[in-house]
Amino acid sequence: MSDIRAAITRAHREEWARVVASLTRRFGDLDVAEEAAAEAFAVAVERWPADGVPANPGGWLTTTANRKAIDRIRRERRRHDKHREARILYDDDPPEPLGAIDDDRLRLIFTCCHPALAMEARVALTLRMVGGLTVPEIARAFLVQESTMGRRITRAKAKIAAARIPYRVPSAEELPSRVSGVLAVLYLVFNEGYLATGPETDPVRDDLTAEAIRLARLIRALLPEDGEVAGLLALMLLTEARRTARVSAGGELVSLDEQDRGAWDAALIAEGHQLVRDRLATGVAPGRYQILAAINAVHTSARDIRDTDWAQVVALYDQLVRLDPSPIVALNRAIAVAEIDGPEVALADVDRLEGELSGYHAYHATRADLLRRLGRSREARAAYDRAIELAGNVGETAYLTRRRDQLGPAGTE
Amino acid sequence: MQYLVSVIHDKLELAPDDEMAAIDAFNERLQAEGHWVFAGGLGFPDTATVVDNRGEPAMFTDGPFLESKEYLAGFWIIEAPDLDVALELAAAGSKACNRKVEVRPFLDVPE
Repeated sequence: MSDIRAAITRAHREEWARVVASLTRRFGDLDVAEEAAAEAFAVAVERWPADGVPANPGGWLTTTANRKAIDRIRRERRRHDKHREARILYDDDPPEPLGAIDDDRLRLIFTCCHPALAMEARVALTLRMVGGLTVPEIARAFLVQESTMGRRITRAKAKIAAARIPYRVPSAEELPSRVSGVLAVLYLVFNEGYLATGPETDPVRDDLTAEAIRLARLIRALLPEDGEVAGLLALMLLTEARRTARVSAGGELVSLDEQDRGAWDAALIAEGHQLVRDRLATGVAPGRYQILAAINAVHTSARDIRDTDWAQVVALYDQLVRLDPSPIVALNRAIAVAEIDGPEVALADVDRLEGELSGYHAYHATRADLLRRLGRSREARAAYDRAIELAGNVGETAYLTRRRDQLGPAGTE
Repeated sequence: MQYLVSVIHDKLELAPDDEMAAIDAFNERLQAEGHWVFAGGLGFPDTATVVDNRGEPAMFTDGPFLESKEYLAGFWIIEAPDLDVALELAAAGSKACNRKVEVRPFLDVPE
């Protein structure tokens, strides 16, 4: 019985996107595809315990979902006396004989992450249609009411149908910018898991980081030549590898220098390093995610914080600044600079970012740490206070509070 | 499938000659590629009259129905197979007329 349940869970994980994608292709309607896929899985839950798991679960689910979709269309046609097929027109590319199923999943991903949809709608739609998460699960993940999340997804599907957002893989010319839009969605999901916001939320939401990694693996399998896809996957793996070491038993975030490196996941690190090495071997100029992955590869190569090749980290940040001159990149660069040129030089770099980052908790946390190292306790305390005020993550608040309280008594300088 | 591409502007000024030339070139492209349905520039909002004849007699009111800083300066109606094509054309249109544009699909009525 538990075998059956495991088989259903596995089929859901492995086949959901395939079923939704192939039905969307056939019926030209995300709504029909989603509902029919959900019904097919409900039938599996009902039948498989008695009939056994079919030899080809994916084929069984697709066939069952197809029947459900046709039933629904017939019902609606009777009701409206209109030809639903009239709306089934989006895709005018001829069907490809080879790899058509995989292409369907890519189409589904690009449609869900279309730039004409709001970012929050893209995230929700991708988790629902590609990831197979239920609406209540997605609502919980983003701390909104189920009804709100339901409306967000319904509205996005309605816009896709009414504005005729196409169901296809973008042209070679558009592909890089569209892929980067897809990766932004996955990175947002990952980061929400990695540094979850909200007072009642666990500091790390491993359900979300795991889902983001699963989707990144899927996209990597579909677009194996894309360097940024590999880069994002590597970045996620190297970050996820440190997950258990990143939170103390008391639920406090543990900074990189204090983490138990023996608790890092060696298999994830090895996989991440391999991806970074493979990209380096291509000799193609890396994009943003590849550079971030390389930075994380440097960190995870050091068995001890003191072995960290900080010069390499700063060099990679310099490369990143050229691609992405954002103040947040400059802030992270300054943290590495402190290890080479000392906290005073780094503090000067950080202080230059005040105008843009004064509302960002990490800016104040970084300043607090540099001021602490310079023995400027009073200023450090004020910076910790501000960082604690702005931090949205419970584990981070606990960490910052402890650091603040470890400063010398107020007034000593 | 048809899309309305609305030209949004926030200053009461007409397009200068170089913009008019770019708009003409864009219109020619729309016609040559079979996307052209209709287009037009509109008079300023203060030339509008609101008419309400839901309960006779008809009421006429001077001015636009909506007072706002941004207003509809003109529009294109284009024919495009899907939103990607419409957005690509709208991006070219926005550049040609040097204004922000909004793309909105017409209701797709099944035959």
